[in-house]
Amino acid sequence: MTLRLLRKAALVLLVLQCAAVAAAQPPRSGISYAGADVRALQADDFANPGMLWVARGEKSWNALAGRNNRSCAGCHQDAPVSMKGVAARYPRIDTATGKVSNIEGRINICRERNQAADPLQFESEELLALTAYVAHQSRGMPVAVAVEAANRPHLERGRDIYSRRQGQMNLACVNCHVQNAGRKLLAETISEGHGNAYPAYRLEWQGVGSLHRRLRACYFGVRAAMPAFGSDELLDLELYLARRAAGLPLETPGVRR
Amino acid sequence: MAAGLARAQTPADPLATLVRDITGGAALTPGRVTIDTPRLADNGHSVPLKVSVDNPMTATNHVRSITLLSPRNPRPLIAKFVLGPHTGRAEISTRVRLNGTQVVLAISQLSDGSFWSGSAEVEVTESACLDAG
Amino acid sequence: MLARIQLPKTARRGEVISVRIAIQHPMETGFRFDVNGRAIAKNVINALSVRYNDAEIFRAEMGSGMAANPSLEFFTVARDSGELVFQWVDDAGRRGEERVQLAVTGP
Repeated sequence: MTLRLLRKAALVLLVLQCAAVAAAQPPRSGISYAGADVRALQADDFANPGMLWVARGEKSWNALAGRNNRSCAGCHQDAPVSMKGVAARYPRIDTATGKVSNIEGRINICRERNQAADPLQFESEELLALTAYVAHQSRGMPVAVAVEAANRPHLERGRDIYSRRQGQMNLACVNCHVQNAGRKLLAETISEGHGNAYPAYRLEWQGVGSLHRRLRACYFGVRAAMPAFGSDELLDLELYLARRAAGLPLETPGVRR
Repeated sequence: MAAGLARAQTPADPLATLVRDITGGAALTPGRVTIDTPRLADNGHSVPLKVSVDNPMTATNHVRSITLLSPRNPRPLIAKFVLGPHTGRAEISTRVRLNGTQVVLAISQLSDGSFWSGSAEVEVTESACLDAG
Repeated sequence: MLARIQLPKTARRGEVISVRIAIQHPMETGFRFDVNGRAIAKNVINALSVRYNDAEIFRAEMGSGMAANPSLEFFTVARDSGELVFQWVDDAGRRGEERVQLAVTGP
């Protein structure tokens, strides 16, 4: 009992400590920890393979879909104008359902309500391409998720997940990405774990993947059960990550190792 | 005994047969060909590689082809690039897969039929956090 | 197959220009397995040819050692105004083609 209390106290202290550190220092993007090759690949808009998904997303944006035979552009016109800054404010609470919605979720909401089309599968090439295209319109803009009454419980839950030890390795997100950020894990420099590059092209994936895919990889890494794509747990975590990354410029499509 | 014999007959250079196929047994001279890669690659799935040949590109004297070879890949022949006088400059940049740390080899044939080679050692590292996918 | 191509819109006659192409393609090695443990068949873009006003200026014969979403940069001499035609094919027989105009100025 006392041991558990002590552990709890230590965790609270740790979180307070992290909050203090986070307050003192601006967040640092994962790209700043990457090697010269990965940084150059992200910086070159032609060489960055993620731009192939962005180009594909632009085609999808203009393509008619669903029983209403309507394209994204049919309502939202030019994405570089209408979608500028949108991804920087996501995830948001969908007012109709009261649920957390990320860009992927919002695209599927649009498909269902406005296009009368089937939702796109998580991690499908088309959903990744559309999400990358929409998020790309906010590239360079600072992540700016507002704290409101509606999203506060989700933010708190996300923060709890972030500091909860889990899996066979009994590790919380904070153990790596706060306590040990900037230090080495094998041939890797541990980043602060921000999501501002996603959807991102990961060399290991040999393609573009979502933030949820990356988060699931972390669960896999600590040998914990992986929550489903688009699950409440990953959405709350994504929301908390966005709050944590406040001020960091979006990089979509980022490049990571 | 038989296994020992088989091992003894294995050529020291795993690329020897392939190189002979490319050159047709003609002499292969080290030089003129330069491979630029990071000495330490971040991931074996996508290693940036630039290969260039120090030779003019005129109608009578030019680079005919450049072949990239990997001694450790399951299929050692990465690619063959066919150039000509219209190419203007014998330089190609691409990204390759390398199945571990190795010395990558490039062989270039010139318009006079001669073969030249260059190589580069690449140490392949991996991200610490691999996932199931 | 989606591809992106980059070369200058205009060039001086005789100028050596850079030509870049990137194609969205997994370049399946044939050494991977799907989630059900079945081998994924090898499927790579095995040939790419670039013609400039009907004359081939560059050709690549490629294998599974080329990275996924293959990218290539090579050079060519700007001779006359005209068209560059990029054509490629993968092991499954799928073909891709892109055409880009180049304006050449000067004597």
